[in-house]
Amino acid sequence: MHKKSLAELSALLSSGETSSVELTRYFLDRIAMYDGDINSFVTVTEEQALQSAAQADKMIADGKAQVLTGIPLAQKDIFCTQDVRTACGSKMLDNFIAPYNATVVEKLNATGMPMLGKLNMDEFAMGSSNETSFYGAVKNPWDLERVPGGSSGGSAAAVAAGLAPIATGTDTGGSIRQPASLTGLSGLKPTYGRVSRWGMIAFASSLDQAGMLAHSAEDCALLLQGIAGFDEKDSTSVDRAVPDYSADLNKPLKGLKVGLPKEYFGEGLDSKVGAIIDEAIAEYQRLGAEMIEISLPNTHLAVPAYYVIAPAECSSNLSRYDGVRYGYRCEDPKDLSDMYERSRGEAFGYEVKRRIMMGAYALSSGYYDAYYLKAQKIRRLISADFEDAFSQVDVIMGPTAPTTAFKLGEKADDPITMYLSDIYTIAVNLAGLPAMSIPAGLADGLPVGLQLIGNYFDEAGLLNVAHQFQQSTDWHRQSPAAYN
Amino acid sequence: MSLSADEVKKIAYLARISIKEENIHAYAENLSGILDLVAQMDAVNTDNVKPMAHPQEMIQRLREDKVTEVNQREQFQRNAPATEVGLYLVPKVIE
Repeated sequence: MHKKSLAELSALLSSGETSSVELTRYFLDRIAMYDGDINSFVTVTEEQALQSAAQADKMIADGKAQVLTGIPLAQKDIFCTQDVRTACGSKMLDNFIAPYNATVVEKLNATGMPMLGKLNMDEFAMGSSNETSFYGAVKNPWDLERVPGGSSGGSAAAVAAGLAPIATGTDTGGSIRQPASLTGLSGLKPTYGRVSRWGMIAFASSLDQAGMLAHSAEDCALLLQGIAGFDEKDSTSVDRAVPDYSADLNKPLKGLKVGLPKEYFGEGLDSKVGAIIDEAIAEYQRLGAEMIEISLPNTHLAVPAYYVIAPAECSSNLSRYDGVRYGYRCEDPKDLSDMYERSRGEAFGYEVKRRIMMGAYALSSGYYDAYYLKAQKIRRLISADFEDAFSQVDVIMGPTAPTTAFKLGEKADDPITMYLSDIYTIAVNLAGLPAMSIPAGLADGLPVGLQLIGNYFDEAGLLNVAHQFQQSTDWHRQSPAAYN
Repeated sequence: MSLSADEVKKIAYLARISIKEENIHAYAENLSGILDLVAQMDAVNTDNVKPMAHPQEMIQRLREDKVTEVNQREQFQRNAPATEVGLYLVPKVIE
């Protein structure tokens, strides 16, 4: 069951060969059996999941089912879920019971997808290895001594180990694509504004976007259909028609123009990863795509600009955690200032504190122009690089991450090395473009992801390009042997 | 760029985060490292570049000024560390 696509599960449900309750029970059993080692779930909502499944079965019996009805999923613990703890990987929100549902959650609930539980993540989505979580590191199902990537590490590990058919994630600088790459999954970050951010706990508001981690592009298309669309509750939601994301999946790629940015194939790229990406590109040529070398000349400035903009927005967004209205409050504060400082000092982890402090510094009087304004100008240059590229090509391809999954602890003490693991993904968030990572092969038994970057709102095009590769290769069907 | 212990304390105060004395050195080192990384931006002339705050060139949507939410004070205050008769309690600020 855990190897089936969403379309196959949907067919089994509508023909009555299985029920949503059976399917949900099956995945809950797998979570109980395997997640002790992996640590991908922070909360399992068994009772609620089985209730929703029973309701989904009724929807199916009443002829009110949609494609996704009855298929269970797991939510990254960054999405507010009413009456269920939403901790965002932080001690700060360890006791926070969300009073409402995020729009993404609301939409998927209404479709009749039972929620299996909430998934582990880097604290407030700040991290690239899932080691900054208050709830402990998540292990990569391909090798339990390695990280699954981050910040959507729980989402990646749960789907890779077959503990959930599909999971939501969020991507601020690569947090869907990098973990998808490190665990052999298909992950999609939609265009900024395509999916509502309402009820998604904010990290960097001009960069955050919700998406999913799945076994295939076809599965991503189905879930995107369920969550995309205008939401008046999100002030940056874009009011634009939602196309049928599955309609173009089978379009042949003959004549597709693919840009290969030379900056994505230089120093820093592991040679084994590079060889697999080259092979994937050759496969696309066999499928009729035309390769064009392009340049994104400001690529090297993406990480520096990001580590001003993201911390600046984070320091502003996370000022809400003051120990007054919700979240952690320190014991016996001696005055208001002591309460703010100790509540935040005691409940935020090191990485979060570092980023808040970096942001506070970049925004502080006398430094604003040198850091924040400068970074916003660099952001314009990076965005313009993509604009130029898309005047020549339909899609951009390259590696998602410079290496395969690294060992737990390997980069945990060195923020800069950790930041550079997102070197190929960050520019996309600065520009607000949609992008995917799809499995392209294995290097020494570990998955390698190919990144596909599309033009604004061309999710359908990206999914088509990804799906065609998955029709002619079977890398997306590989799974870690221990969880077969 | 190398931040001093005093600068780190000042930044921590700006961010309203208490940090332990024994960790100040590590913060100074890490934040200085990030500032060095960020300094790569200085090599680029951006005099005539318009800053980009956001991926979408959009105008802030406005809505009609009318009440759309119902009062959910009790539900929201269930998450509060300390409340009394519908009010949030904080340490005394006025003597």
